[in-house]
Amino acid sequence: MKDWRYWLAEQRGTLLAFGIFIVMFAIYSANHPAGFTANVVQTAANKGVLLAFVAMAQTLVVITAGIDLSVGMIFTLTNCMASWLVIGTGLETAFGVLAVLGTGLLCGAVNGAIVIYGRLQPIVATIATGAVFFGLALLLRPVPGGSVNEDLADFLTGRFFGVLPASLIVLVAVVLVVWVPFRRSELGRAAYAAGSSETAAYMSGVPIRRGKFLAYTLAGLLAAIGGLFLTFFTYTGEAAYASGNAYTLFSIAAVVLGGVSLFGGKGSAIGAIFGALAFRTIGDLLFVFDFDPLWQPLFQGVILLIAVSLGAFALFRVRNRLEWFL
Amino acid sequence: MSETTLGGIVGGIAGRMPKFIRRADPAVLTSFACIVLLLLLGSLYSRSFLSPEYLLQQLKVASFLGVIATGMMLVILLGQIDLSVPWAVAAGAMMACAAAAYGPVGVALAIPFGVLCGVAIGIVNGIGVAYLRIPSMIITLATNAVAQGLMVVYTGGFSPQDSATAAMRYVATGFTIPGVPNAVIIWALIGAAMVFVLTRTSFGRAVYGIGNRERAAYLSGIDTRRIVMIAFAVSGGLSAFGGVLLAGYASKAAQSMGDAYLLPSIAAVVLGGTSILGGRGSYLGTVAGVILITLLQSILSVMQMPEAGRQIIYGVVIVAMLLLYGRAPASR
Repeated sequence: MKDWRYWLAEQRGTLLAFGIFIVMFAIYSANHPAGFTANVVQTAANKGVLLAFVAMAQTLVVITAGIDLSVGMIFTLTNCMASWLVIGTGLETAFGVLAVLGTGLLCGAVNGAIVIYGRLQPIVATIATGAVFFGLALLLRPVPGGSVNEDLADFLTGRFFGVLPASLIVLVAVVLVVWVPFRRSELGRAAYAAGSSETAAYMSGVPIRRGKFLAYTLAGLLAAIGGLFLTFFTYTGEAAYASGNAYTLFSIAAVVLGGVSLFGGKGSAIGAIFGALAFRTIGDLLFVFDFDPLWQPLFQGVILLIAVSLGAFALFRVRNRLEWFL
Repeated sequence: MSETTLGGIVGGIAGRMPKFIRRADPAVLTSFACIVLLLLLGSLYSRSFLSPEYLLQQLKVASFLGVIATGMMLVILLGQIDLSVPWAVAAGAMMACAAAAYGPVGVALAIPFGVLCGVAIGIVNGIGVAYLRIPSMIITLATNAVAQGLMVVYTGGFSPQDSATAAMRYVATGFTIPGVPNAVIIWALIGAAMVFVLTRTSFGRAVYGIGNRERAAYLSGIDTRRIVMIAFAVSGGLSAFGGVLLAGYASKAAQSMGDAYLLPSIAAVVLGGTSILGGRGSYLGTVAGVILITLLQSILSVMQMPEAGRQIIYGVVIVAMLLLYGRAPASR
């Protein structure tokens, strides 16, 4: 197979997600009363990047054939934390940001340690650690409140040169600083290999444990970046159980839409980002078409249901019925 | 299982012990030991902790979780998981209350209607898992979201008819046998039925078989897809029934009433020694897990621990106990 065709086959999921996003966003901005303006793009970008960060976090774990049901709670915890720490002079703010990101790394590392070295099932382990993270968030913010360095917040949620949404630039920067090096590193390949076939990877001497551990840890970091951005948008911290859960759920939807295989070993965080942006845009379509907001949860649920059912088409390609059972 | 591996000597000693100890899983024994420990700790804190009234009250509260965990156990035995519990519980409760608004017929059919809504959610899960081969964790999250959406649209931001019927209240809080709350009797009945199904019917055997290796179960002539689907339907129905009981207990249904039952129901099943990978586990363990979790919650609230502390301790305890005996075998 020629190189470019191989590349195309590998990136099919990502390109599909990109296509869905472009179509959805075209419909959205065409029907938006204000049309395709910098303002509309900025608002959409700010809403979209929150989910994009959490979806990237979920992708890293899903690639290893695991799942992280605590990403939403890490997101909530770091939001509450940022509402205390990211304030004051420039230096204080910088330390606050570092502390918040460090907390995210730590949460991810705890998940990774429990799942990999404790040998617990990711589902149960991360539901339980999610409860702990939520408890900590509630400890920090029993009632919504707090504040954030508004200069920094406005800068990062505003626009560069009047057109480019700053949040999108940060998203691209995070992709370049976190995702691309991870994807190209030995440990990143190990994470993919572990998700594809753990036994084979182990037999080939791939450092699967360190690869998976790094994936969980970086997932915590990415969720923390999301939490930080939530604080920049809202200026407050809130330990909201429903919102944390919703982000976990939507991150899975975004990952699926983004062409990342839930069985591990396939897909990329870039696909998940477009999945997240597409998912957000689909949710927002309801508003431009003047639907009752009450229908939004149902609409998003149905999209999620359809998105996960699409995977079932692979069944038609199955020749041997025994392949039904993995 | 253990008799064959441990050989004659242990078998000889164990043979003289009562059957239930001989066959008990170490995990189940650990859970019961933890229950005793919690009771001792609690009695140090407060005298009334060991009073029959208090214990009976705990058993009543435990029975709601018990009913939900029964369905969860069936699904976990298959090696799957049901994350649609929160809104299956809420849908069961809300639909049962809503049915009561439609005259005497509605009142009479309130409980079955609520349960049926849960069964419907379970059937969607079952079709997704068994026939479309979607990972259960994903499809149940999706149906949970759809059920939530349906309930939000249905209530339309306000609560239509949300008060429980007299029958629901009676089932949850009444006394048919003096001294024993009805909810406990119902849990006992459902538990007995579950034990019978798991140990005495071909369906139960098939559930364990599928949990161990679905391929092998399929090749030995079991219609594995039907069994998986039925198990999910039962799980959805039992979750909804738990919701009906909860609505009867609180005399009204609320949107987020099921949120507090997802982690506990999974934790109860897993702490009771049922393997999260499926194929292994006993109902006795689930009973122990349910009581253990309920006592833990109760002690934390007696100590007036704020919600934040409760969540943290709760998560830590579950991880700690799983690390004690819920670990997967070392790979390779």
